[in-house]
Amino acid sequence: MTTTTSSLVHSPAFLKGDEFSIDTFALLKQDGSLFEGAAPPDLDRDKALRIYHAMVFTRVLDERMLAAQRQGRLSFYMQCTGEEAAVIGSAAALDDEDMIMAQYREQGALAYRGFSCDEFMNQMFGNERDYGKGRQMPIHYGSAKLNYMTISSPLATQIPQATGYAYGQKLAGDGHCTITYFGEGAASEGDFHAALNMATVHKVPVIFFCRNNGYAISTPAVEQFAADGVAPRAFGYKMRVIRVDGNDVLAVYQATMEARRLAVEHNQPVLIEAMTYRLAAHSSSDDPSGYRSKKEEEAWREKDPILRLRRWLESCDWWSDEEEKALQERLRREVLETMKAAQKRPAPPLDSLVTDVYDTPTPQLNEQLAKLEAHIRLYPEAYPKSASRRSAEGSAGAPGAENGQGGR
Amino acid sequence: MANLNLLQAINQALDIAMAADERVLCFGEDVGGFGGVFRATSHLQEKYGKARCFNTPLVEQGIIGFANGLAAQGSTPVAEIQFADYIFPAFDQIVNESAKFRYRSGDLFNVGGLTIRTPYGGGIAGGLYHSQSPEAYFAHTPGLKVVVPRNPHQAKGLLLAAIRDPNPVLFFEPKRLYRASTGEVPESDYQLPLGEAEVIKEGSDITLLAWGAQMEVIEEAAELAEKEGISCEVVDLRSILPWDVETVANSVLKTGRLLISHEAPLTGGFAGEIAATIQERCFLYLESPISRVTGLDTPFPLTLEKEYLPDRLKVFEAIKASVAY
Ligand SMILES: Cc1ncc(C[n+]2csc(CCOP(=O)(O)OP(=O)(O)O)c2C)c(N)n1
Repeated sequence: MTTTTSSLVHSPAFLKGDEFSIDTFALLKQDGSLFEGAAPPDLDRDKALRIYHAMVFTRVLDERMLAAQRQGRLSFYMQCTGEEAAVIGSAAALDDEDMIMAQYREQGALAYRGFSCDEFMNQMFGNERDYGKGRQMPIHYGSAKLNYMTISSPLATQIPQATGYAYGQKLAGDGHCTITYFGEGAASEGDFHAALNMATVHKVPVIFFCRNNGYAISTPAVEQFAADGVAPRAFGYKMRVIRVDGNDVLAVYQATMEARRLAVEHNQPVLIEAMTYRLAAHSSSDDPSGYRSKKEEEAWREKDPILRLRRWLESCDWWSDEEEKALQERLRREVLETMKAAQKRPAPPLDSLVTDVYDTPTPQLNEQLAKLEAHIRLYPEAYPKSASRRSAEGSAGAPGAENGQGGR
Repeated sequence: MANLNLLQAINQALDIAMAADERVLCFGEDVGGFGGVFRATSHLQEKYGKARCFNTPLVEQGIIGFANGLAAQGSTPVAEIQFADYIFPAFDQIVNESAKFRYRSGDLFNVGGLTIRTPYGGGIAGGLYHSQSPEAYFAHTPGLKVVVPRNPHQAKGLLLAAIRDPNPVLFFEPKRLYRASTGEVPESDYQLPLGEAEVIKEGSDITLLAWGAQMEVIEEAAELAEKEGISCEVVDLRSILPWDVETVANSVLKTGRLLISHEAPLTGGFAGEIAATIQERCFLYLESPISRVTGLDTPFPLTLEKEYLPDRLKVFEAIKASVAY
C-alpha cells in the first residue's frame, strides 16, 4: 500500500515549495501591549507570575553562575539568556507530569517545574548531593520527580527518544505527552529526521520544540540550512507545524497549549519553531566577538523577553516596581547563599565511580575499586577529594537520593 | 624552526597541505570563518576561500559521508569531528564505508584521500562526553589507519603524512595538550612515518608503552622509577593501526617487562591487543606479566576524574610491582 495518490501530468513541472510560506505567531509587542486583533491566552495571575518568577530566576542564576565560572569556582556554564520566554512559556503550557527531554539550554523549564536553587547548585558543583553523582559537566540536570530527563551532551539524541517515550505514554493511556527541545543546529542531525518521521508514522503524542536562536556555536543559521528555517521540514513528514515569536511568552504559551491538545487528544505530533536569539556566548568557553557583531546583539537585546512580559504584567496591574525589586534581591541572595553552601559540600563517595554502570557492579568493577582504594591509601595527598572524604565517611546523607523538593 | 604549540603545529600542517595541493579541503562544524572551536583551522578560509574551507551543518554522519564521496571522487578531504566523543553518529560511514571502500570494489574505487581529525582524551574536566579515547573501536576495523601524536613536532609531521597517505586515516589529537604542549617545529614540509613507533628513551629494566597525551604520564612515572634505580625504556606507539610490533617486541626482548598505559577503559582497550601479541612474540623472555594501567571499566567521570585517570603514581606503582614480581 502506498501513501501517494498522485495525478499524471505530461510536462515536467518542478515544484519550488514557495506555496508553503510560514508565518510567525505573535501576540505581544515589545512595549507590553497586545498586537491589534490579538487576544491574550487563557492565563491567570498566579500562572503568569509563576512564569515570570521562573524567567527572572533563570536570568539571575545565569548571570551569577557565569560570574562564578569567570572566578574559577565552576568549570563550565551555559546561559539561557534571551530564550527564557521560549523555554518557560512552553513548559508552562504543559501538565507538570508531561515529560521534558531537553538539549541543555532549557534550565528555565526545570526552574518552572520547581527544581530548587540548591538542586541546581549541587549538580553544577558535582557534589555528594548531585542526583547525577558528580559524573556530568555543569548544567546537565535531571529530575525524575519533576519529569525532566537527564541531559546528554551528544546532540539530538534526545529527539527520537522523545518519540519513543511518548509512544509509551500513548500505550499507557495516561493522557500525557513529551516535549523535546533542541537548537536549529541540532536539527541537522539524522536523529531529528528519524524522530519526526517515526512520530507521524506511529501517531505519537510528542511536541518537537525547536529553539531557532540563530547560531550553533559560531555557525549562523544561514550556513546550517538553505530553507526557510526548520519549520518547513514538518510538511515532509505530514506533521502539524507552527512558527512562533520565541521572545513572546504569551504566543509561545498559547501555541504550546494548542500543540499539547493536538498531541494528547488526537495523537498528532507537532513541530514548533520558536524564533529567538542566543544573547549570551554559546558557553563559558566561547567568545562570540569572533563571529558576530555587537550591533546585531544589541538589536536583539532590545527584544528582551523578560522585559516584554514584565511590561504586560504591569499593564494588567499584576506586578509593580517594588515587587520587582524585592524579587531580584531575594533571588540574588538565594543564588549566592546556595552556591556557597553547595561549593563546600564534599565530592560523591569513591564507589560512585563504579555504581550505575550496571544495576550492580560487576566482579571486575569491584576489583578495580578495591585496587583504587588501596592506591589512594598509599597517596592520600594526591587525591584530596576522595581521601579527605574517607575521614568524614558516615556523616553524609544518601548521595544521589532525591531529597525534599525545596520550592521556590 | 619556531616554537609552536600543538594547535599551531596542526594549523601549520593544514596550511602546508592546502597550499601544496588544491585538492585538499578542510571542513566540519565551526571550522570555516571561526577556525574551529579550538582554532585548529584558523585563517584557512581567509587564505584558501570558502570552497575549500567551510562550516558544515551539524551532522557528523553527513560530514563523513560527504567526505567519503569527495575522497572517492579524487579530492583530499580533511574532515574535523569537533570532539572524538561525537564521532559515533559517523561510525557507520567510517566503519562500513571508509574502511571497506577499496576492498569491496576490488580497488575500483577508494577513499584513500580521507583524513578525519578529532580531539580526544580527558584531564580537562570534560566529563562523560568531552573526554573519551575511542581509538580501540577503530583499531578493530581493518582498512583504517589510526594515528595519535604526542607533541607539536609529531603532530605536524604525522598529520602531513596522514593527509598524503593513500588510505583513510583517523587522526586523534590530544586536546589536553593543544596549548600545553609546545616545542620546536621545523617550518618545512616534512612527514613522519605512519605505522612506526618511536623509542624516546632507552632503558634496561622495563618497557613503558603509550601514545598521545599518555606519553607525558609514563615519562613522569619513568622519572620516579629512575630515582628508585629502575631503568625504563619509554616507547611512543604513535600509530595504533597498523602498529609497530617489531619495535615493541625488540624493546621487550631487551627489558623482559612491558607496561602499557591508556586512558580508555581496560576491557577491550588497545593494551589488550598489544599484550596478546607481545606474549606470543616474547613469551620466554618475559620476567613478569604484561601490565596494563588504564582507565576504569566505567564511563568517564567528572568530579572523580583524578581518581579515574591512569596517572603517574598508578604507573609508578605498577612499574615497581612488575620489577618486583
Ligand atoms: C553530536 C554532537 N556533535 C557536536 C557537538 C558539539 N556541540 C555542542 S553544542 C553545539 C551547537 C549546538 O547548536 P544548536 O543546536 O543550535 O543549539 P544552541 O547551542 O544554539 O542552543 C555543538 C556543535 C555535540 N555536543 N554533539
